[in-house]
Amino acid sequence: MSAHASHPVDASSLWGGKESPFSVSYGKLMMWFFLVSDALTFGGLLTAYGFARHAYTGEWPASDHVFTHLPFTHAHAPLIYVALMTFILIVSSVTMVLAVEAGHRMDKKGVIKWLGLTVVGGAIFVGSQAWEWYTFLAGPDGDFWNFGPAGDNSTLWYNSLATLRDADGVAILNEHGHEQVGADGPQQYAMFFFFITGFHGFHVFSGVIINIVVLIQVIQGIYHKRGHYEMVEKAGLYWHFVDLVWVFVFTFFYLL
Amino acid sequence: MERDDIIEYSLNTHHSEEDGRKIRKKIWQVTALLTLITAVEIFVGVKFPRYAVSDTTWLMIKFFYTILTIIKAGYIVLVFMHLGDERKNLRWAILAPYGLFILYLIFICLTEGTFVNFSWTNFL
Repeated sequence: MSAHASHPVDASSLWGGKESPFSVSYGKLMMWFFLVSDALTFGGLLTAYGFARHAYTGEWPASDHVFTHLPFTHAHAPLIYVALMTFILIVSSVTMVLAVEAGHRMDKKGVIKWLGLTVVGGAIFVGSQAWEWYTFLAGPDGDFWNFGPAGDNSTLWYNSLATLRDADGVAILNEHGHEQVGADGPQQYAMFFFFITGFHGFHVFSGVIINIVVLIQVIQGIYHKRGHYEMVEKAGLYWHFVDLVWVFVFTFFYLL
Repeated sequence: MERDDIIEYSLNTHHSEEDGRKIRKKIWQVTALLTLITAVEIFVGVKFPRYAVSDTTWLMIKFFYTILTIIKAGYIVLVFMHLGDERKNLRWAILAPYGLFILYLIFICLTEGTFVNFSWTNFL
């Protein structure tokens, strides 16, 4: 993609001011620096998870069977729902990069179309995660509100993410043919799970808000008047970063 | 009064129709690749859960996942975020410090975690 490649900078004037030695605008460079720091935060959280996992002496939940539900069905479908979420996020990343591409051609309609689709994809992802969390917290009896000291779900809040198994390690199924959660999984696992997927989910949420704001400004024609759509590019960097983090969260929580 | 100490400019924010076609083609190729890698990961994940395979196989699967994840991450950063098209000095100003820190962090955390596990297993 040579068109994105940097434009030539005369080396003799490189540090004399007026010209970015990186050949990017201030806003884009600062977005990159922010993303590096945010990546360190996520890197720290995920390596802390790795520490806890290596240090833990008991049995850790089998990652690929952490979430086995599908909406509207009683099917036992390990990984499928999470795979769909991953796919949706990747596609929304693709529509974002297409919005940036349209912006480079000053194609306002194209930007609106692709950026709009990105917002939709992000919203679907956040909604999917909400459903996933709901299913976790509701537990095997499916009653979300039945928790607390009096309810029989009281321990499910933090103890619920390990699959129930018999002595041979085979999962015990309930009357719907579902694997059941609720064996005493390590609390640490659930804490890391909810904290890291929650932290990521909040990033997705704020990304959707940012994209909506940028979309409104695109529709108002602010960037067209300005002569370039660089703001879409900057919002896009943040959005791709959110997708990037999910790639790692997906691997470490649902695969490994 | 006009200030001349603030530089308001943006770089490389335009390309032609023809370049656009090339870029879009590349985007769709990368999309197909990312989807394929995810599908392979899911397939392996469903087919070979942790409790159904031996420790050696699992170790290999772990490396397999890790490599695929890094490939995916590389494509997202270098193509979607256009870092591969930026100047070399910017690319390394971002990748090198981060890579250095994170590799050290991973090494130290996993080594320590393994040792703590060893201690709890043997001395408690």
